[in-house]
Amino acid sequence: MGAEEPKRRARMAGGLSGCLSVFVLCLCPPSAAAEEVRVAVATNFAATLGEIVTNFERDTGHAVVVSSGSSGAIYAQIRHGAPFDVFFSADAMRPKRLEEEGFAVCGSRRTYAVGRLTLWSATPGAVKEDGRSTLSGHFEHLAMANPGTAPYGAASKQTLQALGLWNHVRDRIVQGENIGQTFQFVVSHNARLGFVALSQALHSSVRGTGSRWDVPAHLHAPLRQQAVLLVNGRHNAAATALLDYVQEEQSRTIIERVGYGIE
Amino acid sequence: MRQLTARFRCDYPGVRFDIECALPLEGTTALCGVSGSGKTTLLRWIAGLPPAASGFLSFAGDVWQDDARKIFVPIERRRVGVVFQEPLLFPHLNVEDNLAYGMKRTPPSHRRIAFEQVIEMLGLAPFLQRRTQRLSGGEQRRVSIGRALLTSPQLLLMDEPLAFLDQERKREIFPFIGWLNRELGIPVVYVSHDLNEVLQLARHVVLMKRGSIAAAGPVQDIFARPDLPELAESNVVGAVLDTRIAEHEPQFGLTRVEFFGRSLFIPQQDLPVGASLRIQIPACDVSVTTDLQPASGSALNVLEATVVEIGQTPGNGHAVDVTLDAGRPLLARITRKSCQRLNLNVGQKVHAHFKAVALHS
Amino acid sequence: MTTLLAMDWGPLWLTMQLAGVTVVVLLALGTPLAWWLAFTKSRMRTPVEAVVALPLVLPPTVLGFYLLTAMGPHGPVGGPWKAFTGSALSFTFTGLVIASTLYSLPFVVQPLQGAFEAVGTKPMEVARSLRASRLDAFFTVASPMALRGYVSAIVLGFAHTLGEFGVVLMVGGNIPGVTKVLSIAIYDHVESLEYTQAHVLSAALLVLSFLILTIVYAINRRLPVRAA
Repeated sequence: MGAEEPKRRARMAGGLSGCLSVFVLCLCPPSAAAEEVRVAVATNFAATLGEIVTNFERDTGHAVVVSSGSSGAIYAQIRHGAPFDVFFSADAMRPKRLEEEGFAVCGSRRTYAVGRLTLWSATPGAVKEDGRSTLSGHFEHLAMANPGTAPYGAASKQTLQALGLWNHVRDRIVQGENIGQTFQFVVSHNARLGFVALSQALHSSVRGTGSRWDVPAHLHAPLRQQAVLLVNGRHNAAATALLDYVQEEQSRTIIERVGYGIE
Repeated sequence: MRQLTARFRCDYPGVRFDIECALPLEGTTALCGVSGSGKTTLLRWIAGLPPAASGFLSFAGDVWQDDARKIFVPIERRRVGVVFQEPLLFPHLNVEDNLAYGMKRTPPSHRRIAFEQVIEMLGLAPFLQRRTQRLSGGEQRRVSIGRALLTSPQLLLMDEPLAFLDQERKREIFPFIGWLNRELGIPVVYVSHDLNEVLQLARHVVLMKRGSIAAAGPVQDIFARPDLPELAESNVVGAVLDTRIAEHEPQFGLTRVEFFGRSLFIPQQDLPVGASLRIQIPACDVSVTTDLQPASGSALNVLEATVVEIGQTPGNGHAVDVTLDAGRPLLARITRKSCQRLNLNVGQKVHAHFKAVALHS
Repeated sequence: MTTLLAMDWGPLWLTMQLAGVTVVVLLALGTPLAWWLAFTKSRMRTPVEAVVALPLVLPPTVLGFYLLTAMGPHGPVGGPWKAFTGSALSFTFTGLVIASTLYSLPFVVQPLQGAFEAVGTKPMEVARSLRASRLDAFFTVASPMALRGYVSAIVLGFAHTLGEFGVVLMVGGNIPGVTKVLSIAIYDHVESLEYTQAHVLSAALLVLSFLILTIVYAINRRLPVRAA
């Protein structure tokens, strides 16, 4: 029975995914030139990618299906057979791992954007021009992403350490599980200050409100966001085309406009 | 005389309650009527249980409820004992703790009934340590009565306490209710739809009909009234007399009883001379003669009486009800033909011949 | 073994504290609410019942999002609280207790309401006719008769709070010893690819929950009073 059980489960899983693929095939009639590419993207880049994808579909005729989630969750899904062709991660570590573990195509990995960290407050004037004095001053909570799990969290911690303020503020830190949640803490005034992504502070819903200090890039390791071609998309021309398209000039303009850097 | 005065006005879907009554606080008062007539509701108002109704209620001069003055004494301070239709023993307590629940909450200065007294009277000694679930229906009923009594109430309210009990169980409990009145002087207000039961137990009767009071008075008066359809259509209508045992005539198997200086014979009773006994003379067992020669028939009991009223028997076109005055009201139900043949008139002197039966209580 | 010793067991202890305090608060608030729901004839009953059941159907993140807004320094609850105590409710243990109380409310109120309805009004009427005041009758008659409902309410309330994640994620802020509860710690371990620690904590939670439920069901089976 001990040996039977996993086999039976494998058969069931196989049957289930078989059904799903039949279902997907029915929904999408194959076309000769245009191909479909399935993309997994980290939540913080999903909206930007959406804008680029619209252009891509218009220019190439390919179809793109975008799924978004946390980089960690997508990573785990890919390792367990999720049918994605391309992965836009919020970090460099996970694409690298996928490459090493044989889930991604070697040499396809590239940095599509560099995240920029900013110290932001929803209160105008709360963040002074000098970040160091702001962080040395009076506040109840400083929000940041979890340094153990989120790249922006690690960068926030490095920044505080570089400023020599880590021990000074550590008791006042509240952690979001990801940068999106961290931003929520700040925008709802629950935390007066927070290290968030510049792209969030520039988002149309808050642009021009509050106050911010953009953290100089040298205070933390670069927040490289890398994309990678997955084994699934190896023979998919549209997948390669999309990876290249994101690095073209018009896409770079969009990426920079929303608050990312380019390498 | 101490009285319970109640005035309630209240509209429910389908029923309008309009109650005004004064119940004597002595002996047992029965609230009767068909189901839905409002007997249980009135009992709950007297107890202070929901549903609330606006009105006035006083007990021997103490005001328990007066909406005009915003007075409402909650049930736990009215010092009433309530015996509900079901025994409703507390399942998490054993018999002894059930019995003691109310007693513990009664200040010692108010306690007039001893625990042992109730246990003995109700024969509960063998069950004290039992779980309530392991008692029979009659035993549970006795515990519920005992539990209410141990609060030494100044008024005991009982809602069909004998419903769902077989004859044997009823006979267990019947004497007990009389004992409450006699020995403890606790007035009882008692809801029943069983007129035979009422006849045996009650001293006063309140007859309810669609939310108001159709008739109220001593049981003798109410049961001798032929104009109340609730009674007339049943076989219990007829005179009720409270008598005293005068002598036994064992050679004939008879007992002579007296009331108002008149004698009646009934089948021999196992009671001492001088004991009181309630007897009933069902209206259909009474015949009337205009021949005033005494003892001319086989009936043992012949009383001189005056015709007070002659009325149509409700629900029976071929019969008439003749109300007689024989010192006490007496009712005879005779055929229309007999009535015409005798040419009965109000005020006429007649002889009433009848058999009487004892009502045991 | 070394992993077990090196593990940070703080979140487990904190979680037990949170669940314990939450259950106590829930019993204190849930009892009168369940009683009212069981017996009221008010028209408000249905809407109130629906509100109590909301956490059953809402995703915890929705509740968490609203709580984050409400308990913040400018929020309708956090604002006055801050004016009174000097600090807002978000990112505090008190805040978590409030959040967990709302989140687990139906798990306590519904079994209690069911038990009270099963007991009915009659035993209370009997008790009051036996000279017990309302409160006395409640504590000596209605609640012992609803004992099984209480056991269910305590177990479900405690267990549901133990496993709570979404709401704490939103309003907790992951502060060790204050708001870093077990489910968050497990999530962090998984996110950091520390699967061993995740396994150990998850297994601890699993065994703990199993033990609690087993003990409670065993006790419940032996209870003499069945609210039926």
